[in-house]
Amino acid sequence: MVCQECVKRPATLHFIKNVNGEKTEFHFCESCAREKGEGLSSPVNGFSIHSLLSGLLDLEPHGGVGGLSAKPQALRCDNCGLTYGQFSKMGRFGCSNCYAQFGDKLDPILKRVHGNTVHIGKIPKRSGGQIQLKREIEQLRHELHDLISREEFENAANIRDRIRELERSVADT
Amino acid sequence: MSKRSFAQHALSDWMQGTGPDADIVISSRVRVARNLRGHPFPMLATNQQSQDVMERLTSVGESGRLNDIGRFETIELSDLNELERRVLVEKHLISPNLANESRCGALVLSDNESVSIMVNEEDHLRIQCLYPGFQINEAWELASRIDDIFEEEADYAFDERRGYLTSCPTNVGTGIRASVMMHLPALVMTQQINRILSAITQVGLAVRGIYGEGSEVLGNLFQISNQITLGQSEHEIIDNLHGVAKQIIEHERAARERMMQQESRVRLEDRVFRSYGILSHASIMDSKEAAQRLSDVRLGIDLGLISDVSPQVMNELMVLTQPGFLQQTFNEKLSTEQRDIRRAELIRQQLGRKSDHGGV
Repeated sequence: MVCQECVKRPATLHFIKNVNGEKTEFHFCESCAREKGEGLSSPVNGFSIHSLLSGLLDLEPHGGVGGLSAKPQALRCDNCGLTYGQFSKMGRFGCSNCYAQFGDKLDPILKRVHGNTVHIGKIPKRSGGQIQLKREIEQLRHELHDLISREEFENAANIRDRIRELERSVADT
Repeated sequence: MSKRSFAQHALSDWMQGTGPDADIVISSRVRVARNLRGHPFPMLATNQQSQDVMERLTSVGESGRLNDIGRFETIELSDLNELERRVLVEKHLISPNLANESRCGALVLSDNESVSIMVNEEDHLRIQCLYPGFQINEAWELASRIDDIFEEEADYAFDERRGYLTSCPTNVGTGIRASVMMHLPALVMTQQINRILSAITQVGLAVRGIYGEGSEVLGNLFQISNQITLGQSEHEIIDNLHGVAKQIIEHERAARERMMQQESRVRLEDRVFRSYGILSHASIMDSKEAAQRLSDVRLGIDLGLISDVSPQVMNELMVLTQPGFLQQTFNEKLSTEQRDIRRAELIRQQLGRKSDHGGV
């Protein structure tokens, strides 16, 4: 088995990340494991996945110039009080409001974890009606664009009317 | 169903050994993570806040709104002793995290144990559906239905851009973790497994062994699950997992067929019957040996070499021979050595039971 980090050297250190019973294994060569840092002296018990995850989360340049106030730690969720610094250490949010508070700063993290930053799946039925409508409008706009480029103007007009109708119902609610 | 019934009988629906492709896929599971808007996540919540969340969410289970799905009971983790919690973990009904670390943790469990709803785990709500065999779509559909029922009552933390908001950024978006537990002895024996597993990780799925530490997988049982929860729809996630699992099933079947055709057949038979003989007669059986030998016998059943033991007995033994269950069954605290003796005894008993379908 080769190291999953460098994909060159053989993996000699095997870790299991256990997040709520969801275990994920990591296989590193010694040199990549050392780069990942802490806990090498007792690899199995001492290796904290949170330090690994926070390694993923900590995207701020190290040792940069600028005073304390300029550091990301200053960013704090006004609902639960969690700072961005605490978040990146623990790899956990404090409440749902943290997402809005930390805003676009989360994009690189989410990109790294998921390869994406925007949800396209299920929407809550009761509270998500508006979002559903907006998505439908977005979808229809794409269709409209396609139809126009293919010069199918009659169909395009129908889609345009449908979009207007949906936009009115968004405005009404 | 009494509060303790989950601990008395080993059999959950997922262990029946039935369902599509049950010769390879033991079980299919989907869990969705949800949180309540504005409430601190369980990690930061005060005891009072956690208590409120628990009452609010368990009341949905008790309101009768889930009646179409099954009969449910609420179990507060604080009412259970350490052994009972462990048994729930060994039956895959709750996570070790809920068992050991939660405050005001609760479980809303269906009577056939195919739905377990965890409250105040890492997220406020985790809905888990566990089916026997390869039924990942069915598991998702049921989880989604239960999700809709809870959503009628609870104000979910949902964001247009990020989706369902979760405590850990690895779950945000759909909040879905879908997994299949597969028995892949032929791929392990023919050493194709590493190639296949590394291919799996390249398509956004994660693989882990069910038992065993580090890179050593015991009992040839693997769990394959999605890693990505954001930017893919639930259907894409399920379809992707379904497609990959289907291919692995085909590879495993092909490897089994080849082993049965070549000169290797006699070696395979020897291995299966040797393990069957040892399990049927041994007096001491540690968990590692048990996992491997149970896997051999299971393979023998699935290949038609052994016809007088049901797959259900094997699935039950996987759970029954775990340390917590052994102590529950024999109703005493056991040292490791005592456990190995009791494990051997239990396996002998169960194999003696042969294809009997009754509970324990």
